[in-house]
Amino acid sequence: MSDFAQHLINGVAAGTIYALVALGYTMVYGVLKLINFAHGDVMMVGTFMGYAVAQKLGDEHQSTLWGALLIFLVAMVGCAVLGFLIERFAYRPLRDKPRLTALITAIGISFTLSYGFQLDIPPLPGAAPRAFPEIIIPKEWLIVGDRAVVIWNWQVISLSIAIGLMLMLQGLVYRTRFGRAMRAVSFDHRTAALMGIPVDRIIALTFMLGSALAAGAGILYAIKDTAIQPLMGLYVGLKAFVAAVIGGIGNVPGAVVGGLLLGLVEEFVVGYSSSSWRDAVAFGFLIVVLLVRPGGLFGSVTAEKV
Amino acid sequence: MRSALAVVLTSCALALVGCEKKGSAPPSSGGASGGTAAAPASGGTPGVTGDTILLGEVGSLTGSEATFGISTRNAIDLAIREVNAAGGVKGKKIDIRVYDNQSKPEEAAQAANRLINQDNVLLILGEVASSNSMAMAEKAQPAKVPMISNASTNPKVTEIGDYIFRVCFIDPFQGFVMAKFAHDNLKVNKVAVLRDLGSAYSQGLADVFERKYTEMGGKIVARETYTKGSTDFRSQLTAIKRGSPDAIYIPGYYNDIGLIARQARELGITATLMGGDGWDSEKLFELGGSAVEGSYFSNHYSPDDPSPRVQKFIAAYKAAYGSVPDSLAALGYDAAMVAVDAIKRAPSFDRAAIRDAIAQTKNYHGVTGSITLDEKRNATKSAVVLQVGKGKTKYVDTIAP
Repeated sequence: MSDFAQHLINGVAAGTIYALVALGYTMVYGVLKLINFAHGDVMMVGTFMGYAVAQKLGDEHQSTLWGALLIFLVAMVGCAVLGFLIERFAYRPLRDKPRLTALITAIGISFTLSYGFQLDIPPLPGAAPRAFPEIIIPKEWLIVGDRAVVIWNWQVISLSIAIGLMLMLQGLVYRTRFGRAMRAVSFDHRTAALMGIPVDRIIALTFMLGSALAAGAGILYAIKDTAIQPLMGLYVGLKAFVAAVIGGIGNVPGAVVGGLLLGLVEEFVVGYSSSSWRDAVAFGFLIVVLLVRPGGLFGSVTAEKV
Repeated sequence: MRSALAVVLTSCALALVGCEKKGSAPPSSGGASGGTAAAPASGGTPGVTGDTILLGEVGSLTGSEATFGISTRNAIDLAIREVNAAGGVKGKKIDIRVYDNQSKPEEAAQAANRLINQDNVLLILGEVASSNSMAMAEKAQPAKVPMISNASTNPKVTEIGDYIFRVCFIDPFQGFVMAKFAHDNLKVNKVAVLRDLGSAYSQGLADVFERKYTEMGGKIVARETYTKGSTDFRSQLTAIKRGSPDAIYIPGYYNDIGLIARQARELGITATLMGGDGWDSEKLFELGGSAVEGSYFSNHYSPDDPSPRVQKFIAAYKAAYGSVPDSLAALGYDAAMVAVDAIKRAPSFDRAAIRDAIAQTKNYHGVTGSITLDEKRNATKSAVVLQVGKGKTKYVDTIAP
């Protein structure tokens, strides 16, 4: 029983990261119908920005509340700017071109970031993995029995931050003018433009928002798993993409549910069968979900009217 | 200096090819003609000119395994400087041509090709990663150029042919060493094994460990795997925790080990962690922090070894490069010295004679222990077990085959 509880905690922690990254995929897909493959790498860049700030702050200040907030803020703002630049110079010129062109460009940007960051030319970090500093001093938050189940303070804090970010996003999309405009662009961007919605600006803002969320996810990931290196975005990005598709790509609550579900499925496959089966079962699960519900769990399949 | 020599050698070779074409020599094709043409200039032996012996080296000087290649190159350069300072071999100085393979097997094969066909070296030294060594051996064997790998531990490397040697022990031996250590020194009865599913190295060590440890009477209480690239090992570790092992054997690489150790301690696992030479890196301390302290791993040599031979090497390496040599440097040094020793003993500079001399290497006292090459061209020698401490490792025991 205590195993089950521990697996549940592990699975939720992993799923939270997938969910946050999946949100970025889903929002960009929602407004542009573009799978932004560079999204995981934007997360990686955000993590390294946070790392650089932590180095500047030094051991003394990085683990204070203000230090940690500054790390999050710089990474999220920095990535918002990066997301803006990517959209402005790589995707916008291709918006009227076939969708495949933009997709290939996205893969190009992904590789440029992940392999560019492996170069050993300062300020680029180089290929070797680095240990992300402990910006939250680890403390046991809850111990059950003879350390059968252990929950750490940073797990609770990370989960709270992730839920906070998701609630903010939900509010933004459904309660604000910007959110309404975003949904309108997502629904039909030509009509939205005719109604006076500045489509370019809305799309740019969506990219910035998704990238900032990715940076937040990246820092949480680094708090959880410590080692950061330039290729980390490829792996997490792929899993998050799967999570977004399971939830129904383009759907905000779907991305969250998809992420948590994927994290939990992976965890329990390892816990109760064999760890070698982890990815095979997780991705097999994706196929089953898509067979039963082709639009994802929360997605709707719209039949084309003839 | 080195490039000047290269220009001279290449122009010599080119001039000879030119002469041959004018004469009535039988036509030969491509790079190979350079090879056969240079030979007569040095009195019938490739790689040997008037007063120098040219060796070749391929290493990962850039890319993901750059630290491996740089340590190896430094140590080989040191060995050659020492040999030349002591008067060289048979009145000739030794020179070496080094090519970078960017940590990629295809580049390693290219580099070996260039050394064989263009530079026409006597023999080749390198590599660390088994996949790179195998790519090189595929080129060296058909050309009958002797090759000595310093640190490739996968058994398949020397199986490629009778011109391929190594000065390190092979994977199965490391699995045996840690099984014996767990059973005899740590005296633990229940061990869990966590292996990297995609790595032949990790699989090899884990298989042998499981077999030997069970034979000795120990019990494997959990078998789990992970794949390269993942950074979250909590699910495997939670499953391992259920078997309440006394120790966990994790034959992986340092970048994964640091995280595994941290997450194991975080989940309340207090079992002793054990591993192989893939742990040997400064990065282990950074990534693992206090979580890896007290763990054990098998390795090729220990800088704490009090033997004068080892201490002399460490002092010389430190003076030249300002850091303590890692085990790859120690093996690189031994590979170069075994090659030099063979050239000294061989009756001629003929590659076949050199090959035979290398094969006869027996009880050569190197930095990494006494090296004897067996009939499969692998080194039989003892391994050391090290304990991880605060920012450095401590010598614990030597385990003989």
